[in-house]
Amino acid sequence: MAAITVSGLTKDYGHFHAVKGVSFEVDEGEVFGLIGPNGAGKTTTLRVLATLLEISGGSVTIFGRDLKGEAPAVRKMISYLPEDAGAYKNMTGRRYLEFISGFFTPEKDPGQLLERGLHIANLKERIDDRVETYSKGMTRRLLVARALMIEPKLAILDELTSGLDVLNAQEIRRVVRAQTQQGTTVLLSSHNMLEVELMCDRIALINDGRIVESGRPKELKEKYGASNIEEVFVEVVK
Amino acid sequence: MSGLGRIFWKEVRELLTPATLVPIIIMAIVFAMLGSAFGGIQEEMEEKAQVGLIIDDEGVIGDFARASLNASTTIVYNGTDLVEGRAMLMDGEAGDALIYIPYNFTSNLLGGSPGWVQVFYHMKGTGLSSSLDSGKVGGALDTLSTDISYAMIVSNFTSNATLVLEPMVMSSTTFLNDKEVEGVTPSQLDAVLSQGQFIVPLIVMLVIIMAGSMVISSMGNEKENKTLETLLTLPVKRTWIVLGKLAGAAVVGLIVSMIYMVGLGFYYSSLAGTSEIDLEKYALALGIEDYVLIGISLFLALLCGLALCMILGIFTKNYKAAQSMTLPITMLALIPMFISLFSDFASLPGPVQALVFAIPFSAPMFAISNITLGYYWLVVAGIIYCAIFAAATMLLAVWMFKRDILLTGRVRSAEKKKFALGGLVSNLWRK
Ligand SMILES: Nc1ncnc2c1ncn2[C@@H]1O[C@H](COP(=O)(O)OP(=O)(O)OP(=O)(O)O)[C@@H](O)[C@H]1O
Ligand SMILES: [Mg+2]
Repeated sequence: MAAITVSGLTKDYGHFHAVKGVSFEVDEGEVFGLIGPNGAGKTTTLRVLATLLEISGGSVTIFGRDLKGEAPAVRKMISYLPEDAGAYKNMTGRRYLEFISGFFTPEKDPGQLLERGLHIANLKERIDDRVETYSKGMTRRLLVARALMIEPKLAILDELTSGLDVLNAQEIRRVVRAQTQQGTTVLLSSHNMLEVELMCDRIALINDGRIVESGRPKELKEKYGASNIEEVFVEVVK
Repeated sequence: MSGLGRIFWKEVRELLTPATLVPIIIMAIVFAMLGSAFGGIQEEMEEKAQVGLIIDDEGVIGDFARASLNASTTIVYNGTDLVEGRAMLMDGEAGDALIYIPYNFTSNLLGGSPGWVQVFYHMKGTGLSSSLDSGKVGGALDTLSTDISYAMIVSNFTSNATLVLEPMVMSSTTFLNDKEVEGVTPSQLDAVLSQGQFIVPLIVMLVIIMAGSMVISSMGNEKENKTLETLLTLPVKRTWIVLGKLAGAAVVGLIVSMIYMVGLGFYYSSLAGTSEIDLEKYALALGIEDYVLIGISLFLALLCGLALCMILGIFTKNYKAAQSMTLPITMLALIPMFISLFSDFASLPGPVQALVFAIPFSAPMFAISNITLGYYWLVVAGIIYCAIFAAATMLLAVWMFKRDILLTGRVRSAEKKKFALGGLVSNLWRK
């Protein structure tokens, strides 16, 4: 079964068409990347898939559930990491992870979720400080941990490593890849072509609300005779 | 444009938005309405008191008293029988008060002791306006007393200074809602009643403003700290998110206002010792079931306030904007609170009644005076209205929580309106 099936998805903000008919499929256990320039419609697409925005047109199914009619069922399977999210400032990192894990009872054991969360966040003794005092990168780690600790069937990650330094970014990518071994499907967006090449099984290039090219990174490079995805991108958008 | 000018215009354009102007305009309209309503009371003040008169005294001073009262009041009932007079007063056919001058009025005065006058007041409502009526009657009686003193001095009738200074002894009885309270005037009774009546509206206002601003700030915080999106993708019903936020704010709001109430309680307990009227004795004190009614009314009004604030909170963009969003709610709570200090509900002019009833916070504010005056149906109607209002606003809040507007704000729709207006204007221009 396909993890995600998107067909002819459109999304308008009032009169403005942000997504103009996007179709793609993601298989179970796959890492799928949406890449494109600023304002292309990546975040909008991910927010729709995360049940945050209403669909203007087309249809989306996630593990066989229709996004429009079965949003509550979809929310049980997904985990969404917004591109510029924050955590509750007056909580400590640990308390925040506890707070979130409580929502997944009784299906999952909150103690176990917390254990995983603490491991992924890897904030050492700072986990007991208030979120207010965290640096941007520390907050991001906490949020990534929040998103992955619940072992979702589908993780929707918007700009996964934004704000992280090279080492932290690498570590987080490793955590995400490891997660896919447990059967999690990943849909992510990025501007970072290198990251996309490293992580994704398949990618879709999105520009001005439309998918202009998609496939495996290796095949795309061959097709356009490019040495990296950045060149493919320039070639396609031209 | 100079730097100063640029900054000035930027600030003005940020501050002069419909969100800041509309509440102020509404307030201006409300105050204008209130002004005309209380202008009515003012006019009423300038009119003479309407009284009923029974004079059993056939002596000279009895006739003198009739002449004096005739000049200072409008006599709407002239009788001879006290029992009939009291019945007329209760039916509202003997004006604001019935003045009874007994047969020995003249003989007492001539014999060197003060004349005795009995006044029966008909108290129609509570609050400032009811005190005004009895005040006018009191004024007329003062005039009568002065007239008698003056006559005694002019006629050189006596050298007894005590008698000249105080030729009349008065005893007052107040009828309120078919209860008879002896020895007090309506103003005195109102002063005692309003000790309790004043505190409830104040508490209602406090709780609503406290809890309401908490809901709005919570929404502002969620948006400013970008935690809302995460919350909305968790496997929890939107209804629970809305209700959870409302319940949290309600509890914190109640705790904060309880602290205020303890403070106010100390203030009032120091006042209570000064009151000489025992309300229990006249069955004017509230019973358990009355407190239950007031409690239900208060709880529902709080729900209305919280749900309204939640809807406002959906439109806030950040914490700072959230602060100014509480203004309309504060205004809505202040209007009925002030009105409740001046008058009870039934004595208000029609349009003000409609306005007050429509504000869901009014019901508990007027509950005590409505109960004291026997208008239980008004209390129940208020409760029903609040329940419907609260349910409707909460449903609306939950519905809005499921819409894009929660995350996207109203940027695009505002633009649409601007375009629509622009199109309209250019169309008209072409014509
Ligand atoms: N709340 C909103 N109201 C109106 N328009 C919006 C809103 N959010 C996004 N847009 C518009 O939708 C388009 C797509 O935005 P989106 O955030 O999906 O882009 P993106 O691909 O994620 O860009 P970036 O790489 O910069 O994050 C943009 O033109 C943006 O201006
Ligand atoms: Mg984006």
